[in-house]
Order: sequence, then structure tokens, then C-alpha cells
Amino acid sequence: MGVVAPNATGLSQFEEAIKSGKSGIEFHKELEELKFSCQIGGVPKVSQDLMDHYFTALEQRGLLATGLIYGGIAGQEAWEDAQLEISDQLDTDSGIIFGTGVLGVEKLREAFNKIDAKQVRRLGSTSVLQTMASGISAFLGGKLGCGNQVTSNSSACSTGTEALLMGYERIHYGKAKRMLVGSCSDSGPYVWGGFDALRILPHQYNDRPESASQPLSAGAAGFVPSSGAGALVLESLESALVRDANIYAEVLGGHLNSGGQREQGSMTAPNSTAVISCISEALKQTGVNSEEIDLINGHLTATAMDATEIENWSKALGLEREDFPYINSLKSHVGHALAAAGSIELVSSVLQISRGFIFPNLNCETIHPEILKHVREDKIPREVLRTKLNFLAKASFGFGDVNACVILKSYNDE
Amino acid sequence: MTSEAIQARLKQIVKPYVNNQQNFENLTSESNFINDLEINSANLVDIVLDVEDEFDIRIENDDMEKMMDVEATVGVIQKKLTTK
Repeated sequence: MGVVAPNATGLSQFEEAIKSGKSGIEFHKELEELKFSCQIGGVPKVSQDLMDHYFTALEQRGLLATGLIYGGIAGQEAWEDAQLEISDQLDTDSGIIFGTGVLGVEKLREAFNKIDAKQVRRLGSTSVLQTMASGISAFLGGKLGCGNQVTSNSSACSTGTEALLMGYERIHYGKAKRMLVGSCSDSGPYVWGGFDALRILPHQYNDRPESASQPLSAGAAGFVPSSGAGALVLESLESALVRDANIYAEVLGGHLNSGGQREQGSMTAPNSTAVISCISEALKQTGVNSEEIDLINGHLTATAMDATEIENWSKALGLEREDFPYINSLKSHVGHALAAAGSIELVSSVLQISRGFIFPNLNCETIHPEILKHVREDKIPREVLRTKLNFLAKASFGFGDVNACVILKSYNDE
Repeated sequence: MTSEAIQARLKQIVKPYVNNQQNFENLTSESNFINDLEINSANLVDIVLDVEDEFDIRIENDDMEKMMDVEATVGVIQKKLTTK
């Protein structure tokens, strides 16, 4: 696995950060100057050493697409972490599904300015690569020499979780031995502006950014915009055993659906019937009983919809109060990384199930009263908890009323 | 400017794009950008932009099409410099 998150870049640093509850949310002067209501956000820190490790000097020239930087690092880190070789030979067994929402907005801005100034001839050779949606999968495909399917999916905030399920299915159907899956999202005002305009970001925390992201809390005031990338190598068990790979966890499967923007669903709000169905189907298809789920890693963005999400989980699992499993939201640490959220959160989910811990929920001293109707307070840990986890459910929901739910199982090599 | 001086500056411009270091070290006026230096064809447009910045000239599409090796490129640059 590989990860570039606002609170840590690199897998081991990320594990430490989520255990200790390190926030990645900071105040950004640029947003203040641009008169954003919400002047805070999550931006990963990337050192020049890291850039030089993953990008050639030529690739770094004119590189403005931050999503491509984050995804390029996370994807290659995942490949290294899986101890996969990079050779000159084409690897037809390996593919990539690496999604994004919009790629390279800073590069697009540069292009718009040049084109409007009648300087189209001076765009350079990388304008297309940096701004096409599949730029990230294309870049990684060339770096790693993948000869199976190489593509980018896009389903708003469910992109990363959808990518994992699409990669899983490709291996399940026997069309690939391994798939690098993940997602990335650019940082900055040109990605976040539209959300600020929708008035769904918190504006009261510009002077205390680390307190702003409050999933599950009575004080949840909106999601904190963020960015980054997460990447996971999925592999058939047979192939992983043959090369004696380090196996973090088992993907049992899951489900993807849409609420069709019917009932209470809309472009921006989920249809609860479809959310419940997505979770139920994920359990049904993986043959897991809801009582077996030890931990839910929720979508839980820190809006009024958190209470609705909890109610939907409760209905889908048929579990209430003391029977409701542990639940947490990484967005309390890193904000909402939009298209990258699902994959960063999946990396955190796999770390939890593999290492046996539950990271703390930050900023929820007072849990939302509607949530407490369904979940007992001790199931919402505020301190890191060491415990064996067998089954984990991860869901992501996105604009356009789209849903994704994945079931993970701890891997036991006996 | 002499063609030798232009070639020396051109050598520094193409350096980051080169994939065949041995042929780069033994660069001659006959060196072809794609066949000898193994430069990615998409990067030829970057070289043209870098040449424009370095020599403060403007290179049109028909001149650019000629710029496939060192000699032709030096020739285009020299012509542009004299008509500047």
C-alpha cells in the first residue's frame, strides 16, 4: 500500500499519525486572500527528496498537477511495498484502476491563461498528461510497465472505494493477477471553490483548523476540504502465495449502486433506500453476517448527513445500540479528500485490520444525539483501541447519489 | 554568434530530455534528436520552447519541422538571430 495524506506522507508515518490522532488540517493564507468562507484544508507535505525518488527531473518540469504528484507517489510506494519488480518487460498480468475527480486544475489554469493570451503554442508537452482524467493511471502504467487494463474511474467521493471493487472484480473474473487500485485528488482553491460556494464547508474554525472536522459530533459544521492519494495492490491469493508476498488483508468483495436521485436522494444527498441496499448487498455477496462486523470505517464527512448515515448502517446491519459495531471516521484527522477519500480511508482500514487497532475519532467530545439513539457511546472510540479485528466494512458515498461498500477480512495464513 | 557557440548552448538545452547518454557525450552536428539521442518525440516541442527562451527568438511550425538534428537546429537558430 501507499499513501499521501495531509497528516502523513508514506505508509509507516501514516500508521503512526492515525494511531496518535494527528490532524492534517491547517489554515491557508491563500484561501483567506481569495475570500473563501472556509480558509482551512488538508494538503499533504511532499519533500523534494521524495519527489526525486518517484519523478525524474524531466517529469518534474512544469509539473503542477498535485493529484498526479500525490497519486504518483502513493501508487509507486504501493508497488514497492508489495515488493513487485519494475522491469523493462511488459507485465501483462498487472493492471491499474486509479481514479480521480478532476486532475491538474493548476495546470488547466496555466493552460487557460496561455490560450487566452494567444500562446497555445507555448503549452509544452505535458499539458495533456497533467489534465486528462486518466493522466494518473497513464503515468503509473508507464512507470510500472503494466500491460493489463489501465484506466481511471470517477465517481466523486466514492471513487477510491469503487476503484478497489473494480480491481477486485477484474481479478475475480480471472482477467488479471494483480491490480494497483487507488485514487487521488488535487489540492487548492480551484478544486475546493465549488464546495465553498455550496456553503457546505465550515467557516467558524479558520483560527482553530484542527478542531474543524467533527464527524459524528453534535457540533458538525460541514466537511473540511482536503486532498491526497491512497493506493493498494490487490492480488489473487494464488499469485500472492507463489511470490511469498506480504498479505495485509483479504478483500471479500462488496457492492456498488446508485440511488438514482429518487426519494430523498439528489445530486448532493443520498437516497437512504439505496445506501441500505448497498450495505446489505455487500454483506449478502460476501456471506458475512452483520454481527460479525467488528468495525465500520464510515463515510461520515461531518455534516448533518452523519446522523442519516448512522441510521442507514443501523437499518442495513439490523443492529442497534450495544450490538452496533465500533465505528470511526478518518475525516476527523485529514478532512474530506474528495476523490481520494475512499482510497486513503481504505489504506487506514487495511492497516487497522492488519495491525489490530482502531484509530480514535477526533473532535467528537459530544456525540450527536440522533447518533446515540443507534450507537452506544463506547462504540465511538475517542482514544486508540488495541483489539483484534476480523471483519471490517468500509463505505463511501458520492455526489450523484452513488454508493460503494467493501468488506475486508483479516488474513490468516493457517 | 558562431555555430559552435550555438551548438554548445543547444547541448545544455537538450540535456534533460536525452535518453542515450553515450551519444549525448559524443554529440556532433549530425546527431539526430530521436534516432541518436533517443529523445521522446513529444519533448521536441519542449526543446523548441526552451530554444525560444534561451535565444529570445520565435520559431514557427515550418521551422520546427526541420529541427530534427543538431545541424538543422543550429541553422534555424542562426537564421532567426540574424533576422532579429
